[in-house]
Amino acid sequence: MATEDSFLTIKDVSTAFKINGQYYDAISHINLTVHHDEILALVGESGCGKSTLATTIMGLHDPDETRITGEVDLEGTNLLQLDENGYNQFRGAKIGMIFQDPLSALNPLKRVEDQIQEVLDYHTTLSTAAKHDRVMELLDQVGIVNPPRTARQYPHELSGGMRQRVIIAIAIACKPDLIIADEPTTALDVTIQAQILDVLRSIQTENHAGIILITHDLGVVAETADRVAVMYAGQIVELGSAEQIFNTPKHPYTRSLLRSMPQLNNESDDLYVIQGNVPSLRRLPTTGDRFAPRIPWVPASEHEATPTMHEVAPGHKVRCTCYRNFTFPDEKGSDRV
Amino acid sequence: MSLIEIHNLKVHYPIRSGFWNRVTDSVKAVDGISFNIEAGETYGLVGESGSGKSTTGKSVVGLEKVTSGQIIYQGQDITQPANRRRLHYNRDVQMIFQDSLSSLNPRKRIEDIIAEPLRNFEHLSKDDEKLRVLQLLDIVGLDADALYKYPHQFSGGQRQRIGVARAVATNPKLIIADEPVSALDLSVQAQVLNFMKRIQQEFGISYLFISHDLGVVRHMCNNIAIMHKGRLVELGTRDDIYHHPLHIYTKRLLAAIPETNVNQRAAHRATRQAVEQAYQDQQARYYDADGAPFPLVAVSPTHFVALPADFAQSLAHAEQEVQA
Repeated sequence: MATEDSFLTIKDVSTAFKINGQYYDAISHINLTVHHDEILALVGESGCGKSTLATTIMGLHDPDETRITGEVDLEGTNLLQLDENGYNQFRGAKIGMIFQDPLSALNPLKRVEDQIQEVLDYHTTLSTAAKHDRVMELLDQVGIVNPPRTARQYPHELSGGMRQRVIIAIAIACKPDLIIADEPTTALDVTIQAQILDVLRSIQTENHAGIILITHDLGVVAETADRVAVMYAGQIVELGSAEQIFNTPKHPYTRSLLRSMPQLNNESDDLYVIQGNVPSLRRLPTTGDRFAPRIPWVPASEHEATPTMHEVAPGHKVRCTCYRNFTFPDEKGSDRV
Repeated sequence: MSLIEIHNLKVHYPIRSGFWNRVTDSVKAVDGISFNIEAGETYGLVGESGSGKSTTGKSVVGLEKVTSGQIIYQGQDITQPANRRRLHYNRDVQMIFQDSLSSLNPRKRIEDIIAEPLRNFEHLSKDDEKLRVLQLLDIVGLDADALYKYPHQFSGGQRQRIGVARAVATNPKLIIADEPVSALDLSVQAQVLNFMKRIQQEFGISYLFISHDLGVVRHMCNNIAIMHKGRLVELGTRDDIYHHPLHIYTKRLLAAIPETNVNQRAAHRATRQAVEQAYQDQQARYYDADGAPFPLVAVSPTHFVALPADFAQSLAHAEQEVQA
């Protein structure tokens, strides 16, 4: 996992939204790389900025209302410098996006085939027959049983899982290097979720794409991700391989999240609750560790004044120094890790 | 005696068509289910979307017209309106909804929202009412200044706790919780579930906990029913369902829960795909000729499965041998 073969580099990206004439950082100083053949999961609770990061990469923000700084480097092009026309060459062709709600992402008045073909019309010079073949191939690839039949249907005739498969087919139509999947399974049943995740994984292996999987579900992350970035209040607080994050979590936030999941062995105990609330955009602490107010028992001396990422193992980075001696108040001084 | 007994409950919606717009068919949303909820327990009702679990919950609380079947509460069938009134059923059975924002009136302050059931049933004086509302807010861990705020001023978790406070206002015996935490973040979900458990211990309330999340259900529920296509496919204690599942549908649901153990990822996926394959291949053995689940048969005093009796027994024996 050397940096050389990463094709997407996010350097020091901050996105600020204008509220009442003042800018507030929704994400601040994000550094990330995405490689071919990997699924990078962005995990965090609502409001942590994970979707903002996705829409920043896709260039979906209104420039009058947002201020974006930093660099998003996709194979040598800084996306943030592009104008709208330039961006359109990338969206759909090099970057595919899968949205959470498949019904609102599809046009209700168009047949499935026409919607998939739209991307091909825009980005390729294929003949009509070749496009038709490609649509059938795509529908087959995302696991639709009878492609010719589904191609003629309208979105409302399809089940939730089928719609999400169509969305995936649209996203991968031009074999993009990067696929951003924003909560692709949140609206689906568990059994369908499992199938969709399998489809995503098989597409990634076939196309050698890099996938950014945005989710709040730690189970989904554990099942599919190769690398994980945990976000809190607009910052990445921990970054590492799936094994590192789940087997040896370091940051207090990651450990708190894992602890608040209903587990097999604590069927009757109370679940762990993180104290306090996620700070709202306008009340984000500007200095110090943003997670500090939620672990008040940790003395201030444990935190850094300006928290930075520390490498604790190859590829495993943690923000702030407070992870070093961190214990939960009900643990008897022993570190779980 | 059970707190509430549901006998052969059916909710069918008519499909009208043709020249006279006559009833030509019906959608069998709930098609003959029976289960009992004991006092003080949390009963889990699990199923995928469209399985009829929410319709069941709504018909128990009285929001849905029951086509046939009985809901027995204190020995009386409360599908009869006269019985509902006599037993104060509407006071004793309350509901918590999935979407906390749309279940709270945006134009009312929290005080009025929580006091509404009190005003309907308790007729307290102004001061007593306020005291009671404050107590309720305290139970769900909210400050007194919440009284004069509006629903939009709260976060999702706080709103859901307000929903809980409103549901417990009349000291109910049973609360129907329809996906109470599925719209919430993990840490907030933990908070709401803890409050629900604490309130249950304090007031001896029973819950009918409707959810699609088998992880949450395992944490909350003592007895669990799995619903599919409007019928129950398996019913048993937590141990029966999670450790000795018999019906292929239950196994499929369990296999689809994402595991947080990264080291077992490949093995888990293999198991899941094997179960999914078995589910596709063995439809004929597990479902009747119309594709509907069979009637339930008992395999142990607590464990029921919707299969032909001999097949269920042979599966149960095989399961015991594997365990032994």
